[in-house]
Amino acid sequence: MTLTADPAVRVHGLTKAFGEVDVLRGVDFDVARGSIFALLGSNGAGKTTIVRILATLLKADAGGAEVNGFEVATRAAEVRASISLTGQFAAVDEILTGRENLILIARLRHLRDPGAIADALLKRFALTEAGLRRVATYSGGMRRRLDIAMSLIGDPPVIFLDEPTTGLDPQARLEVWQAVRELAAGGTTVLLTTQYLDEAEQLADRIAILHEGRIIVNGALAELKALLPPATVEYVEKQPTLEDVFLAIVGADGPAVDGSSSESKEL
Amino acid sequence: MTNHFFGDTAVLTGRSLKHVTRSLDTILTTVVTPIAMMLLFVYVFGGAISAGTDSYVAYLLPGILLITIASGIAYTAYRLFLDLQGGIFERFHSMPIARSAVLWAHVLTSLVANLISLLVVVLVALLMGFRSGVGVLAWLAVTGILILFTVALTWLAVIAGLSAKTVDGASAFSYPLIFLPFISSAFVPTETMPGPVRWFAENQPVTSIVNSIRDLLAGQPVGADLWIALAWCVGILVVAYALAIVTYRRKIS
Repeated sequence: MTLTADPAVRVHGLTKAFGEVDVLRGVDFDVARGSIFALLGSNGAGKTTIVRILATLLKADAGGAEVNGFEVATRAAEVRASISLTGQFAAVDEILTGRENLILIARLRHLRDPGAIADALLKRFALTEAGLRRVATYSGGMRRRLDIAMSLIGDPPVIFLDEPTTGLDPQARLEVWQAVRELAAGGTTVLLTTQYLDEAEQLADRIAILHEGRIIVNGALAELKALLPPATVEYVEKQPTLEDVFLAIVGADGPAVDGSSSESKEL
Repeated sequence: MTNHFFGDTAVLTGRSLKHVTRSLDTILTTVVTPIAMMLLFVYVFGGAISAGTDSYVAYLLPGILLITIASGIAYTAYRLFLDLQGGIFERFHSMPIARSAVLWAHVLTSLVANLISLLVVVLVALLMGFRSGVGVLAWLAVTGILILFTVALTWLAVIAGLSAKTVDGASAFSYPLIFLPFISSAFVPTETMPGPVRWFAENQPVTSIVNSIRDLLAGQPVGADLWIALAWCVGILVVAYALAIVTYRRKIS
């Protein structure tokens, strides 16, 4: 499973325990530059723990991780300059306006002309009209879009999206997917975690399934599908979905999954 | 990346000051209780309290100012707790900024918000007949003591904000602080209190601070009280700051 010689993210032998609970028990994976990598797992599988270690918010017990060529444990400042984190809950300031949120981040990244950066991003994420309103008045999807827009400021080469669509309605979810695709098209490496199988299927170049603290499968969607034995009853034409793959691998005690397709729902 | 400390602190302070100016109710709820107490003590109980002074407003104003600060800093714990809970604290920490700027911004915001509240309370006291003929130096000294006291208590609030599990818990720590002036020389002379209470009142920080401010505003010579007051403030500041940093390190490790 080798990728390019110089991956954007490299994780090897990562372990982390909280008290008696072993959350990560030796995690290994690489993320190729410019790709979208999905870390798939049920609640409590350890996805957020991995992201927090990679974003220098948490220290691993053992093993190592490199982001953009920098070891997270020893070169935290360089890692922070290379990444953006969009956490599980939209980390936006409710009292500020959307524009002020963007300007705040641009200032903290010590960029010139924060106002112009903010205006360009508001336009790109269809928030120009809402830009002067306080974020407290935004819908969930608008918040998420603003959240992702804030992560793009300063053009970090690696972006972590921790469950970017959890709690969003189908329309907002499609908007976020579109934003993620545009990111990758621009050359940014995206590591996203999700518990939605169709999300990984839609977005990711490569998918790793995290279960009980270990990566149990890592591959492209086609490779993952090939892992499932062919259907035994010949006259059923349905292809195995990724959901089938997931449940077959982790056992039947997986989470309840919203597998419904989400193309044409109104807001 | 600590070379950005001052710039980052300024940007983040600007951000949290907007939280104060856009929800002025936080200033109002901070000042309403001290002002109500001031009205109650001057116009209801004041006639029956003999503090051995001409102007009871002038007598109790220092204690009222300390109560204002004690209730004002609860909002710092509250704002810090909401930052932690909402994820913006982690966002800032995953960015290439001077991390300590995140806490200092809250401390400076607390200072500004409390100075506004104190000004409002003093203005109400003036309307109620408080007068002081002392010069600029005495006022500067009073302001200095109030700033020191605010910053010391704010670092206590930082500990509460960092370690709280609920919003209510984040601000509950300030209740005993608000109560402390009642068992001090703030409202009545300590000589009137029974033995153990009097001992406590005379040896807790509020009494020396209240006495210092009262003497400064009355144009009286300030005795050893001032040094005891300063020692208390600096002592609380150092201990609270150290504990806050320990709590912070534990939180982010």
